[in-house]
Amino acid sequence: MAIVTAPRASVREDSIRRPGKPGEKRFGLGRIVAFAILILLAVTWLLPIAWAVATSLQTEADAGSAPVSWVGETGVTFAAYAKLLAEGNVPLWAVNSVLSSVAITLITVGTSAMAAYAFSRLDFRGRKWLYAISIASIMVPPQVLIIPLYYQMLAFNMVDTYWGLILPQVIAPAMVFILKKFFDQLPVELEEAARVDGATRLRVFWSIVLPLSRPILAAVSIFVFIGAWNNFLWPFLVINDTTLMTLPVGLQTVKSAFGVQYAENMAMSILAALPLIVLFLFFQRQIIKGIATTGFGGT
Amino acid sequence: MTTTAPARRTAAAPTSTPRPKPRRRDGLAGWGFFAPFGVLFAVFMLWPIGHGIYLSFTDQSLTGSGGGFIGFANYLEAFGEAEMWQSIGNTLWFTLLSTVPLVVIALIMALLVEQGLPGKWLWRLAFFMPYLLASTVVSLIWIWLFTPQLGAINTVLTGIGLPAQPWLQDPSLSMVSIVIATVWWTVGFNFLLYIAAIQGIPEQHYEAASLDGAGKWRQLFSITLPQLAPTTVVVVILQVLASLKVFDQIYQMMNQVVTPSTQSAIVYIFDAGFTGYRFGYASAVSYIFFAVVLLVSLVQFRITARKGA
Repeated sequence: MAIVTAPRASVREDSIRRPGKPGEKRFGLGRIVAFAILILLAVTWLLPIAWAVATSLQTEADAGSAPVSWVGETGVTFAAYAKLLAEGNVPLWAVNSVLSSVAITLITVGTSAMAAYAFSRLDFRGRKWLYAISIASIMVPPQVLIIPLYYQMLAFNMVDTYWGLILPQVIAPAMVFILKKFFDQLPVELEEAARVDGATRLRVFWSIVLPLSRPILAAVSIFVFIGAWNNFLWPFLVINDTTLMTLPVGLQTVKSAFGVQYAENMAMSILAALPLIVLFLFFQRQIIKGIATTGFGGT
Repeated sequence: MTTTAPARRTAAAPTSTPRPKPRRRDGLAGWGFFAPFGVLFAVFMLWPIGHGIYLSFTDQSLTGSGGGFIGFANYLEAFGEAEMWQSIGNTLWFTLLSTVPLVVIALIMALLVEQGLPGKWLWRLAFFMPYLLASTVVSLIWIWLFTPQLGAINTVLTGIGLPAQPWLQDPSLSMVSIVIATVWWTVGFNFLLYIAAIQGIPEQHYEAASLDGAGKWRQLFSITLPQLAPTTVVVVILQVLASLKVFDQIYQMMNQVVTPSTQSAIVYIFDAGFTGYRFGYASAVSYIFFAVVLLVSLVQFRITARKGA
């Protein structure tokens, strides 16, 4: 299959590369200007991160004294990182972030896929209404529910627990919508054949529908995971115990405590950013595709 | 109606039909598949929505005291509170200030990257990477860049002979500063949506156009931009909804100090509820703000529907 699609893709890229009139120069003025603007934009977008890295590799004294520079007077040092990893809670927060984000992703995608399958394929009383209510709730921004949700956490004794951190973040009606749209266009014949052979609904779902849906499941998972990993408001509200905090929340609490420790602040930012950036470098294509499909609502 | 109703509808109809068992084909399986989502949805979505409405009519406090029914008092108080209106005004202002560059710059980036210049993956990485950062990280980096004396931005400004600016400290500049950081942070998302849309434009359009002798600019304005119009509608709608919910950057970059010129609606709700402990009042403001979000969405759908027709 790859052999069939690959040449077509390259043909397509070529024809974009060679635009317009036949005989137009490949390095015309327009291309050079476009290239220059692109480089300018990319440098502008990369500089803040580069500057953060540079600051994190200086001593506090160098980072906090004018004039600021890319390399401190005492040279490059990993002191800020060493200090953070040795005495801070950063490793612990990283573990909490991984655990909660993975749990949120698994529960969200699992329950959404099952509900979407029910809405797409199964005929049961109340289906239409349940679907309408689920879709309507996409309009409700989670931020306007923080007050009653927090009240609920108090009542359930879920403040400062993993449950309180995870459960309110797993409802994603938009993902149900996206997955239902995908299931709707899968051919039913395979499923019907399996049913005739005596497979249960659960078996059909697990062995036929889910494997066929791998691309969309990956897309939705990536989207949910990034959202969970970076979520700030809810974890910030429901977790006060330092040992249960996620990275974004932990950073916010020590930021004020550090005051003017610029090198340490930047080192901590880089440490918190690193996992997703490394993931992105490895799975760039899948992540871009996942964001694009999910962002457009599954189309 | 009886003639057009599908078979399963008649089967599900109550006792009026002679059929013995009025039930749907997959009743049990259907509910079984829906149940895990349904339970979580009911407990953590429907219940808070309903309970929030109830709370908004009480004087419930975070400390547990109060809770008596006080009618519309919270709503009346909110309507008369200048600070609340200002927070909604600030939110709309932020939405306008951020949406325009977040759409325009994303489109320019995508058009340039899709010219087929070398190093595609590098451009994508540069423009999209900030989107992968947590808001806290973005805020920390930009607070450092905006620092008055030592910050990189003022160092560059003074270096080229321009006056240094008190970015986050000056009430008239702080919102602009937050918008700059936000554009840097989230433009990559819109950029990706545009990339996907540009790649979806059928190749034949360009081939036909170049056979007819249409140049690059002509192709941009006659093919690419018109083909991207539906994408722009989606991007604008998503961006407006996202911008209206702004909280993180403002709360973090203003160092948790509420200033009248930057306070957004969600920051106001957060403050009323978790600093002022007034859960009833904060709930009422939540629903007022929700009404504003719905209104904005409605206006958007109206405009796009008219344009589309």
